[in-house]
Amino acid sequence: MFGFWGKLLDIDLSKGAVRVSEVPEEVFRKFVGGRGLATWVLWRELGSKWELVDPLSPDNIFLVLTGPLTGYYPGIKLVVSGKSPQCGGVVGSTLSSEIGVELKSAGYDGLILRGCSETPVYVYVDNDGAQIRDATSLWGLGGLKLADKLNSLLRMDVKVELGLDTLPSYIYIGPSGENLVRTSVVMSKLTHAAGYGGYGAVMGSKKVKAIVVKGYGALPRVSNEDRVLKLRKEILSELSSRMRVFRYWGTTEGLWYTGYVTSSEPVKNWMEEWHNVRSFTHEEIERKCWIKNLWSDWGCPTSCMKVSRVFDGIKSYVSDGPDYEMGAYLGSNLGVFDVVSVVKLSALADELGLCGIQTGNVLGFAIELFEKGYLTKEDVGCELRWGNVDCITRVLHDIAYKRGIGALLAEGTYRAALKLGERYGVNLLRYAVQVKGVAVGAHGIRSGLDYPQKIAYAGSVQGGDHTSTAGVPLKSTESEVFTAFLDSAVICFFNSVDAKKLVDYLNAVTGWGFNEEDIYVSGSRILAVQRVLLLLGGPDVFWDPRIHDDNPERFYEPLPSGPKKGEAPRREEVRRDLVSYYEELGWDELGIPREETLLKLGIGELAREVKRIRARVRH
Amino acid sequence: MRDYSRCVGCRLCEIECSLKHEGLIWPAASRIRIHESVYGFPVPYLCVQCDDYPCVSSCPTKALSVAETGAVLVSEDLCVLCGSCINACPGRIPRIVRGKKAVIVCDLCGGSPACVEVCESMGFNALRLVRKPGGEVVKAYLNDPVETSRDLAKKLGVL
Repeated sequence: MFGFWGKLLDIDLSKGAVRVSEVPEEVFRKFVGGRGLATWVLWRELGSKWELVDPLSPDNIFLVLTGPLTGYYPGIKLVVSGKSPQCGGVVGSTLSSEIGVELKSAGYDGLILRGCSETPVYVYVDNDGAQIRDATSLWGLGGLKLADKLNSLLRMDVKVELGLDTLPSYIYIGPSGENLVRTSVVMSKLTHAAGYGGYGAVMGSKKVKAIVVKGYGALPRVSNEDRVLKLRKEILSELSSRMRVFRYWGTTEGLWYTGYVTSSEPVKNWMEEWHNVRSFTHEEIERKCWIKNLWSDWGCPTSCMKVSRVFDGIKSYVSDGPDYEMGAYLGSNLGVFDVVSVVKLSALADELGLCGIQTGNVLGFAIELFEKGYLTKEDVGCELRWGNVDCITRVLHDIAYKRGIGALLAEGTYRAALKLGERYGVNLLRYAVQVKGVAVGAHGIRSGLDYPQKIAYAGSVQGGDHTSTAGVPLKSTESEVFTAFLDSAVICFFNSVDAKKLVDYLNAVTGWGFNEEDIYVSGSRILAVQRVLLLLGGPDVFWDPRIHDDNPERFYEPLPSGPKKGEAPRREEVRRDLVSYYEELGWDELGIPREETLLKLGIGELAREVKRIRARVRH
Repeated sequence: MRDYSRCVGCRLCEIECSLKHEGLIWPAASRIRIHESVYGFPVPYLCVQCDDYPCVSSCPTKALSVAETGAVLVSEDLCVLCGSCINACPGRIPRIVRGKKAVIVCDLCGGSPACVEVCESMGFNALRLVRKPGGEVVKAYLNDPVETSRDLAKKLGVL
C-alpha cells in the first residue's frame, strides 16, 4: 500500500470508544479517497436505511477524509462529509486545512465520528490514537475567541522539553453549528470553510466543537519516489508562473469581473446578474482593506488568500479577501455595494460559523420577500431592505442563534420557502435560488459567459454546489466526473493540471497503473452512488427527478440588464441536455443509474437501493 | 534572514527541508518550522547560528560541532537525546522528534539551504541567505514565535 495507510480512526462518541477501521486497498482503487471514500463509507453503513436517517441525529456519521494525493501534491484540501442536512444526500465538502497532512502524519487516512456526546467535547488525535476531551469552556465561542482559547490550551500539548514545536491544527464549528443551523459550516483558521452540505450542524449535533490533530511522523511511503519528486517540482514551477495574476488578486477579482464582464454575479437575490458599480471591485478592497497581500495554506504556491481588515471604532473585523463567493453573496446579492461592509459581513459570517453562500442566499431571499410585502418589520424586527447593513447584521446573528425570524431562515432557503409558502398559501419557491436544498454558488448560467452549461446545477449530485457542476462532454476537465475525482484524490481545483499529469502523479504515489480513462471510470462510480443516495433522500426532503432536476425558477427569467440582456435558458433545451448527460453516464432518462451500468462499475449491490427509488418515483 | 511580512505561511520550506534531510515529506522532522499562532501571521523559526553557540558548549557527549558555514552539526552516533542543547538554546530550537536518533537542527544544507531556494523560486522571498552579522542582533529571531506572531498582528491592528 503506497500513499495512504488504509486506516480510519473510528470514534464512537456515545460510548466514548475509539478503534481503528482498516480499509482495503481495493476500496481506494475503486473510490480513490476523500469524496469517493465518504460515499463508500456512507453507502455501506447507512445505505439500507438511508431515507430514515436524520442527518442531525446520532445515527448520522461525520467523516473527515484525506486522499492519496494529500500532502504530496502542492496545496492542501480536506473533505468533510456525512448525510447532508441540506439535500439528504452526500456532499463531499472541501476546505483548506492542515489537519489533512497532520492526519496522515499521525498514521490515519481519516476519521469517522459516530453517535453523539452528552456534553460538549473536542477530539484530540495524534500518533497514539484519539482522546475525547471536555469542551464545556469552548462551547458558544465564535472563531476569534475560540482560536485564542484553544491555542492556549493546546500549548500544553507541545512538549517544550523536546524543543519548541508548532501547535496542532484543527477544524471547528461556530455558534451556528452548535445551534444546528442548516447553513452552518466546518471552519478552519478563521476564514476557511467547508460550506456545502451543512456539516457544521452535523458536528454540532454530535456536540463536537473541534477536531484537533497533531502528527509526528512522515507521510506514508510512495511507490515511485523519484517520479513524485520530479512531478512535484514541475507542477510547483507551472503553478508559480501560471498563477501570477491570480496570486495577486485571488478570487476577489470576481466582484467586478463576474459582475460586469461575464454577467453572472448574484445581484439582489439573482433578479440581476450584472452591475457596473466601480466602487465594488478588487482594487477598492485592496486599497481600503488589505493589510497583507499574500496568505497561503499548507504546501500551496498559489497563495490566493489575503488578510483584510476593517475597523469600525470598537472592533476590528478580519477576513481572507474576502473571496469572491462571500463578497458576492454578502455584497451584491443583498444590495450591499460598499466593500468595507462586505468585509465586515464576511468576517461576521466566519465568526458565527455560517456559510457565506447558503446564508447570503437565504438573506437575499428574505429581503426580496420583505420588499414584496410577505415579511414585515414585525416579523423581522427591522427594515430588511436591500443594502440595509445594520438590519442584515442583526438577522445574520438571529440566524446563528435561531432567534425570531432567524429560526426559520436557519433552515436554509428551500425549507424556509416551503414553510413561509405554507403560511401565506403561495408558492415561494420561485424566489428560492437553490437546487435540491442547496443554494447555488455565485456563478449564474444565464449569460453563458461564465458557466456555459445549462445543466450545471440541475444535473449536479451536490445540488447548487458551484465546485461540482454537471456538464458535457463527460470526459473533460469541465465535467462533474472530473471534479469528483479531484475531490477524491484530494487536491485543490485551483491547483489542478491536465488529466494526463494527474494520473501520472497518482500512479507515482500509489503504484496503481491508472490510465486517463480510469479517472472517468472512478468518477462515474462515485457519481452513481452519490446520485442514488441523493434520490433516496429523506427523512424530510425527497427529490423527484422530473421536478427537481431543474434550474431554479429565477434562472428562466430573462436577464434584465448587461451584455446578455434578455438571455435565459429554454426549458426544453435543459431537459434535452440532461437526458443526453444521463445517457452518457449510463443512467436512464430520469437519471437513475441502469442496472448494467452498476454492474459495469462493480457496484451491482447498489441495485437494492435503486429499487427503492423506482418504487417511490413510480407513485 | 527572515522577512516576516513576506511569509505567506505556505510551508513549502518545511516540505523541502524534510525532503532534503529525510527523503520524505515529514513536517515534524523539518529543521525550519512555521509558527502561525495568529492566523495570517506566520513566523519562520529556525537556528540563527549564535556567535557563542551555547548548544555546542552544553553538549555533554560532544555530539554538536560547528561547520565551516557556521551551521551546527549533529553527530547521530554521539547524541544521546539528553536535551541539554535544547535547554541551552535561547529559542529552544533543537528538537527531539519521534523516529529520529539524534536532535535535529538546521545545518544550512552545507551552504545552499533548500528552504531559501524554494521560497525564492516561488517568488515569496521571505527567506534570504546573507552573511551573518556579528554580535547579538541575530538573537532577535529567537523571541517566542507565538509572541512574534501576536506582535505582527497587533501592529496591523488585528488584535
